[in-house]
Amino acid sequence: MLVTILDVLIAGLLLGGIYALIAVGLSMQYGVARVLNIAHGEFIMLGAFITWSVYTYCGINPILSLALSGPIIFVIGFFLYSTMFSRLRRIAPTPEAFEGSSMLACFGLLFIIQNLAILIWGADMKGYSYLAVPINFAGAKFAANRLVTLGFALVFCIVFYLFLAHTRMGKAIRAAAQDSAAAGLMGVNIKHVLAMCFGFGAMMAGLSGTLISMSYNVQPTMGLEYTMIALIVIVLGGLGSITGSLIGGLILGLIGSIVTYIEPGLSMVAYYVIFMLLLLAKPTGLFGK
Amino acid sequence: MVWLLVMLALALSPLYASRYTIILLSTILMNVVLSVSWAMFSGPTKYISLAPAAFFGVGIYSAAVLGTKLPMPAVIVIGGLASFCLAILVGALTLRLRGIYFVMFTFGLVELLMHFLLWFELNINDTTGRVVPSLDNSTVFYLMLLIFAVLMLTVYFIKDSKFGMALQSIGENEEAASHIGINVTALKIVTFGVSAFFMGLAGAIMATRWTYIDPKIAFNPVISFMPVLMAIFGGMGRPYGPIIGAAIFSYLGEFLITKFPYYYMLIFGIILVVAILYMPGGLVGLAQNIRNQYLRRRHAHS
Repeated sequence: MLVTILDVLIAGLLLGGIYALIAVGLSMQYGVARVLNIAHGEFIMLGAFITWSVYTYCGINPILSLALSGPIIFVIGFFLYSTMFSRLRRIAPTPEAFEGSSMLACFGLLFIIQNLAILIWGADMKGYSYLAVPINFAGAKFAANRLVTLGFALVFCIVFYLFLAHTRMGKAIRAAAQDSAAAGLMGVNIKHVLAMCFGFGAMMAGLSGTLISMSYNVQPTMGLEYTMIALIVIVLGGLGSITGSLIGGLILGLIGSIVTYIEPGLSMVAYYVIFMLLLLAKPTGLFGK
Repeated sequence: MVWLLVMLALALSPLYASRYTIILLSTILMNVVLSVSWAMFSGPTKYISLAPAAFFGVGIYSAAVLGTKLPMPAVIVIGGLASFCLAILVGALTLRLRGIYFVMFTFGLVELLMHFLLWFELNINDTTGRVVPSLDNSTVFYLMLLIFAVLMLTVYFIKDSKFGMALQSIGENEEAASHIGINVTALKIVTFGVSAFFMGLAGAIMATRWTYIDPKIAFNPVISFMPVLMAIFGGMGRPYGPIIGAAIFSYLGEFLITKFPYYYMLIFGIILVVAILYMPGGLVGLAQNIRNQYLRRRHAHS
């Protein structure tokens, strides 16, 4: 019995680390750049496929490929914001109209990225085996790669938090999040900051894609499910809050693992029930004001 | 007058058009119905609803569950009514939600229904999909045409009525609207329900054409986005914008899928992004701009 509880807890934490990491990126993009990025999961998928490709064809260690997927996807995100979204922001009559049009543009982006991936890598499910050795912790068993994933996910969240709290760029991003017009008047180059911000969000997605590919199979159509989970987590933790996403991710992971233990098919249903109840009762999230 | 001619040409088309054309026309009409009924609520109120797939899916499942037990017209109406009831419930729940929260809630609804049905069918009913009794092509076409006609009459009567004006005022300033004595709540819920009713009808009819359905087909999230994109592509500024958008979009989709089966979705995505970036007013807005520029130039020359 005790071992079962431990099993469920550990599985929940391992899952929750990934959830937190994928949510942090989306939270940045919505909280600061005001883009509800429906294509977030596609960046996760790209990260996963970059890692799969370099591991399968060149034998490069998946952990080393973090140094590849992160920067590549950052550049894609930065470029997309500076071209597409900044134009949408300019032509939108109101901030609300921008939220609508940028979300729909992301839906178009989802189609483009997903189908490019199908053309490049094919539609089949792919996977590789890395560190699939079982670890035994006080009777609970899990694969070593999941622990690596959780470790990196936590490190990335913390580094990112410190970056926002202590660097000049981080302060500019936080200022833009609070009031982009005022931050612009104070001399912050808003367009550049928002593009960086969108780039960082995409980079977090790419990094989590790499980590996900170590323990799960990858497929060009895998994106939307991760996008939806990230969305649920940021609503749980409060839109735009990084610490909220981290805690929200861990909570959702635990809920997922408990529900899966009771009735395996119902974890997604439980996520959506929580999501919708939360939207109705407290749309600012568990920790929001 | 133009309307009457178009309707007449459509109504007589099974007499002279090929089987393929009739099937294509049914698909186009389905998209037009979805996009016009989406725009009926979301156009004036500016609440972006991503629930069409939920209402469409409820219609589909009504046809799948009742298709063998009741005559088809009754099944279709029940499909519409079931969607209507769901929309009234959702509308009443989401009164306080605005902007992006409303968008997320409506999209969550689609996913919730799909995942719940997946689990329910597999664990309780011990099946994965269901078979729907099929109708012949021209019956499907005439039913779609009938719904389209009723929908257009509804839209026409709402537009210039007191009801339509009140709806418009919600989109412009909801608080001001409630202060001048408009019952904002009731108005929003009823319109949401009526728009869902038509989506449910369309779903129940289309189910007969697909014959085999499962939760992933019935509650496909893409169906939620399509009406929105088609309406915006056509232009929300005019009532015929969503019709033109949906008609061109579905024809384009059909054309691309036969000519470029592998690049179809990719090209589709590119067209979408370009349309959102460069035609914020949709095709209707674009046509107006070109016309204005032409008039201005002629004015300058004379």
